[in-house]
Amino acid sequence: MATLSANFSLPRRSFELSLELEVERTTALVGPSGSGKSSVLRVIAGLIRPAAGRVALDGESWLDVDHGVDLPPDERRVGLLFQDYALFPHLSVRSNVAYGGKERVDELLERFRISHLARARPGELSGGERQRVALARALSRNPGALLLDEPLAALDAHTKAAVRAELQELLSELELPTLIVTHDYEDAVALAGKVGVLVDGELRQIGSPEELVSTPLDPFVASFTGANLLHGRTVGQENGLTKVQLGSGELLYSTDPGDGEVGVVVYPWDVSVGRAHPDDSALNLVSGEVASIVQVGNRVRVRVGPLTAEVTGASAERLGLARGGTVFASFKATGTRLVALS
Amino acid sequence: MARIRSRQTLLGVLFMGAAVVALVFLVLPVVAIFTRVSPGHLVRLLSNPVVTDALVVSLKTTAIAQALILLFGTPLAYLLASRRFRGRTLLVTVVELPLVLPPAVAGLGLLAAFGRFGLLGSTDRALGIDVAFTQTAVVLAVAFVASPLYIRTAIAAFEAVDADLVAASRTLGAGSTRTFFRVVLPLTRDGLAAGEALAFARGLGEFGATIMFAGSLQGVTQTLPLAIYAAFSLNFDVALAMGALLVVVSAVLLLTLRLILSWQPSRRTSRSLVAPSS
Repeated sequence: MATLSANFSLPRRSFELSLELEVERTTALVGPSGSGKSSVLRVIAGLIRPAAGRVALDGESWLDVDHGVDLPPDERRVGLLFQDYALFPHLSVRSNVAYGGKERVDELLERFRISHLARARPGELSGGERQRVALARALSRNPGALLLDEPLAALDAHTKAAVRAELQELLSELELPTLIVTHDYEDAVALAGKVGVLVDGELRQIGSPEELVSTPLDPFVASFTGANLLHGRTVGQENGLTKVQLGSGELLYSTDPGDGEVGVVVYPWDVSVGRAHPDDSALNLVSGEVASIVQVGNRVRVRVGPLTAEVTGASAERLGLARGGTVFASFKATGTRLVALS
Repeated sequence: MARIRSRQTLLGVLFMGAAVVALVFLVLPVVAIFTRVSPGHLVRLLSNPVVTDALVVSLKTTAIAQALILLFGTPLAYLLASRRFRGRTLLVTVVELPLVLPPAVAGLGLLAAFGRFGLLGSTDRALGIDVAFTQTAVVLAVAFVASPLYIRTAIAAFEAVDADLVAASRTLGAGSTRTFFRVVLPLTRDGLAAGEALAFARGLGEFGATIMFAGSLQGVTQTLPLAIYAAFSLNFDVALAMGALLVVVSAVLLLTLRLILSWQPSRRTSRSLVAPSS
């Protein structure tokens, strides 16, 4: 398996994009828009030239500013999937796919189930079809590495699930070092074995999706992975637990050490919701009015004061949850992460 | 409600009246050219050597000037559209200046630059060329006044090309030359054609700069517009015949342009005649 390595710094308008990446299998970069994610792909592809750094695929140096190496995009063996696919509107599907290389056209049309569209123009295709054409085209030049810019963002929710599954299968089949950029943490988790969180041009944390969820190093990482983030400050120790007082006054306990201003990270699926005050005094407790109830798949997201809890549809019904009603949200000290606030 | 309706009707009547006046005003002079002299006589007048000479000079100089405009203007427009540098806006303004310059000033400028005693006059003499009052001068005058029309349209066309398409072509292994001919040029074809048609029309009608820089020598520098002006006091019917000729040429040009612009193979939004089988 090849390794794509990128290590560079690129001054942007309001921050400096600077990171070090080793991509072996599939790695995803997540972050809010404007965090410099797409620029990372463009630097690797040779469309943007960074101020300093190196980009290499195994021993093959694509960019080495110190040694005056800077291959143009057409000499870097890279397959880039553009966010809006950037299909050539004046060329047929077949000509689009053949643009990168003519040898594998039929095989790729077959592989992506677009043979029947070979003579169509991109303007006549649906979003899912366009994505398949763009993928086929990106693979037509036999790239050594694959770069996907928001591969699922242009699709509607219905198409997205199917395309995501297809993409998962394709990536495991290809065995190419692949770097995916997305603003959707769920997509990142679904497609990549390794996820990096990029904020303001800085890689805050990189690791397996489980690591990011279980031990976020940074409040942003925590909130981005879907966790609740409450602000508080430590007020001492009790029975080996760290005692934290929230801004709203409630006292919470955590097994994590902490000192001073901290972010309290709780995952929605670790929060239970009840109508009665729970007897178990070992639990952290936040009570409040139900602010919203949203169905997400077979789960229900309930907003209680500053917390979001996830419960099954059945228990939501059993509890007779309704907006405005007062409920108690409880969670264990072991499921309460503390992160230092910068 | 009723008041609003009656006001709309009043506005409608006013608009209709103004539209009719404008239309008659625009059509009348063109129609008049063809009604003064019978069509048969008009065609006979066209065999007059003054007319044939002028037609040959016009077609030849226009063709050469347009070729030069395409050859030099296209790269200039592409660079101005695709590069961002300090002074770019100033440069675009300079390129567009001949467009708003009075033709007499343009002629004067060309004389001052390329004439016998002009800026490049000594270079011209050293090379044994005398540009002013030759057919070369006609070509230069036409190119000078007409090229900005092409270049500014071409800049707009190049700027409208999605930068990601160019980037996609590059990442697919195409160099910048292949990208230009396979992606940029096909996508800007219509815009370039429209700009070229405008420049062609402007060049064909060129008068002021040409008469000052190239003079009006029959068979050498006398183009159709110059010949019309010369004939106008001597033989008004001959002038009319040439006028009719220019109307026909211009109308054909305009129609061709319309056809080019309306005939587009299926792009982004338009669907092709054959629907894809799904």
